[in-house]
Amino acid sequence: MPAATQKTPARPKKPSSPKAPKVGLFVTCLIDAMRPTAGMASVELLEAAGCDVIVPTAQSCCGQPAWNSGDRTAARAVATPFLDAFDDCDYVVVPSGSCGGMLSKHLVDLFADDAPPRHRQKALEIAAKTHELTSFLVDIMGVTSPPGRYQGKVAYHDSCSSLREMKVKDQPRQLLAATGAEVVDLDHADTCCGFGGTFSVKYGDISGAMVNDKAEDVRAREPDVLVAGDLGCLMNIAGRLSRLGSDIAVRHVAEVLAGDLSAAPIGGGQDDAPSTEESR
Amino acid sequence: MEVSSENFKANVETAVVDDNLKGAMGKLTGALRPNRAKAVAGLPEFDALRDHGIAIKMHTLDHIDTYLEQFEANVVANGGHVHWCADEDSARQTILDLCRQHDVKTVTKGKSMVTEELGLNAFLDNHGILPLETDLGEYIIQLRGESPSHIIAPATHLQQHQIKETFQSAHTHLDADRPMDTAEALTEEARQELREKYGAADAGITGANFMIAETGSTIIVTNEGNGDLTQTLAKTHIVVASMEKILPTMDDAGVMLRLLARSATGQEMSVYTTLSSGPRRQGDLDGPDAFHVVIVDNGRSKMLAGSEREMLRCIRCSACLNHCPVYASIGGHAYGWVYSGPMGKVLTPSLAGLEQAKDLPNASSFCGKCEEVCPMRIPLPKLMRNLREQQTEQKMTPLKQRVALSLWSALASRPWLYRKLTGLMTRTLARLAGKRRVFSWMPMIGEWTKSRDLVAPEGGSFFDRYHARTQPIKGADHDDRTQ
Ligand code: SF4
Repeated sequence: MPAATQKTPARPKKPSSPKAPKVGLFVTCLIDAMRPTAGMASVELLEAAGCDVIVPTAQSCCGQPAWNSGDRTAARAVATPFLDAFDDCDYVVVPSGSCGGMLSKHLVDLFADDAPPRHRQKALEIAAKTHELTSFLVDIMGVTSPPGRYQGKVAYHDSCSSLREMKVKDQPRQLLAATGAEVVDLDHADTCCGFGGTFSVKYGDISGAMVNDKAEDVRAREPDVLVAGDLGCLMNIAGRLSRLGSDIAVRHVAEVLAGDLSAAPIGGGQDDAPSTEESR
Repeated sequence: MEVSSENFKANVETAVVDDNLKGAMGKLTGALRPNRAKAVAGLPEFDALRDHGIAIKMHTLDHIDTYLEQFEANVVANGGHVHWCADEDSARQTILDLCRQHDVKTVTKGKSMVTEELGLNAFLDNHGILPLETDLGEYIIQLRGESPSHIIAPATHLQQHQIKETFQSAHTHLDADRPMDTAEALTEEARQELREKYGAADAGITGANFMIAETGSTIIVTNEGNGDLTQTLAKTHIVVASMEKILPTMDDAGVMLRLLARSATGQEMSVYTTLSSGPRRQGDLDGPDAFHVVIVDNGRSKMLAGSEREMLRCIRCSACLNHCPVYASIGGHAYGWVYSGPMGKVLTPSLAGLEQAKDLPNASSFCGKCEEVCPMRIPLPKLMRNLREQQTEQKMTPLKQRVALSLWSALASRPWLYRKLTGLMTRTLARLAGKRRVFSWMPMIGEWTKSRDLVAPEGGSFFDRYHARTQPIKGADHDDRTQ
């Protein structure tokens, strides 16, 4: 099936409406290092929705790898630098359900008990204003029509943290449908893909069995592109698809919504049809 | 039962390539999960019922001493006896003493996980008393010399053809050409084999789903009716129950039973719900002559006072196992003890010791499905994380992991330096991967690359691109160096 994409018309400069909500983007360490295009697409989506976007430099990782490994000290060390970074933002938006969950659900526990009261207070403030990207666009900004156009079959993978911690389910599907895409669900849409952060490198056999089931579900649907809101899941599923010799394209949901297919898909897959996007 | 959870990784390696197991686990996605979903959808007040059930359990745990004593008083008033056992040794010995006291040679057993915990069958067997499991699944695995792989469906790791083979080699007195190709035929064969044994047994040993303080009753639920026969036909009925099975009132049991059946198998109620309130009274048509309840602590009091307290709300419904993608990939035996799946990952370290079961709380992707389906909303991922934290505090985690984490955190807590280094690394990797865009092998993360490729970075970093676009004021990227 032909998949065609169209890029947004010339990108407007930052909106400067005084009423524009100030949004701090928490980029996530994976997007920063592995998939900058997904981060740029997120900025573009937020700006197109009328937000005033800033990206504080005092951020690296949300601390989740250490938190989930049971190392509170290491997790606090990683999270402390960004505790003050979003002070003057109305919202913190994260293009990841998993890191979003860390900020909005776990940060308060991380800085509980013996943490300095100031840190605890900051954690509470961040938790209260953190949103996952697609749910922020739909629920808070009321976006109904994102800039991107996509004619093709899109399978959306629910990351566990998006689905269960951030209550993201219909929002990305609505936005994807508004690009003109045919949105399909996977058979076991609410089953984990087996990523789980360090779990995937500590328990490769289990994680491998889980991602194999997920990749088979994806292949059964024959989408032009598989998207998700979490880069961890995407790298996991793309890695398995590539190992299985599949060339289904894998992308972060923000790329399709922003109409930015300039980067080659994640992993070894190929976009089906000649893309009509402009060069960057 | 011996704990072999230290072998978790080796067990997993065999389990993931076991085709019989993979086929058998299809029951989870094919039946158990959709059945529960349907049952829950059919009861609009299910969530309210959950909240009610949780409130009952929390209240009960807060006053567990009072309710257990009330239970004992009522059992005694009904003509029965209660025996308190602090650990597995005393529980096994107490049960053996009771058997001797009542001159018991043969025992029929209803399915009971706490007796598995005690390793009761092997113990009685060693002392000349033959226990016979009467639950179909338990009967099958007893014939095969296996332990249960699931808390309510002990033979769930087996496919039908394996059960047929087991019966063929065990029931040699039957016609070799008998029809055995349907589940019904196999069930009927087991039923016939068991039927004659019930009446001949001197004692019936069952577990208890609940103990009711206000009446001194114990309750079991089954779908086969084997529990009823086990406890009513034998002269002596011994109930073995762990202490957290106590509930204040019969009304409370009503709430729990509705939650239990729906969460477990998707039934509205189990087929048989059997109450035992003491020995046969004058005028009763049936019932045992003697009624004993053995209440087992075996680590629960410690849990009550510790960070795993919430786990004591568990009603052993198995919903968390049935919905767990890890359990579905490796089956129950890999966990190395009586309890498997997410609840086993918390219970085994809590009851048998964290040192013995280091992998269990770690082998989870924290997908959260277990907590979502648990009727008691036990925060299983949080409890596993607590156990991981205890491992870190007690330096039980591998040295390699601790060093890696502290190096990484030292770096990631300096965002500017972190970005310099990751930028260098990702540019190199992107160049190395070239047009292929994936690696099929990577040092240090062989566990990843053994089943999937490693995606190469796109090249460049977000921050570089973002700053190039917004043309930062000189040095803007450096302003976090001091934080
Ligand atoms: S932890 Fe919850 S879901 Fe699992 S067996 Fe216990 S009550 Fe059921």
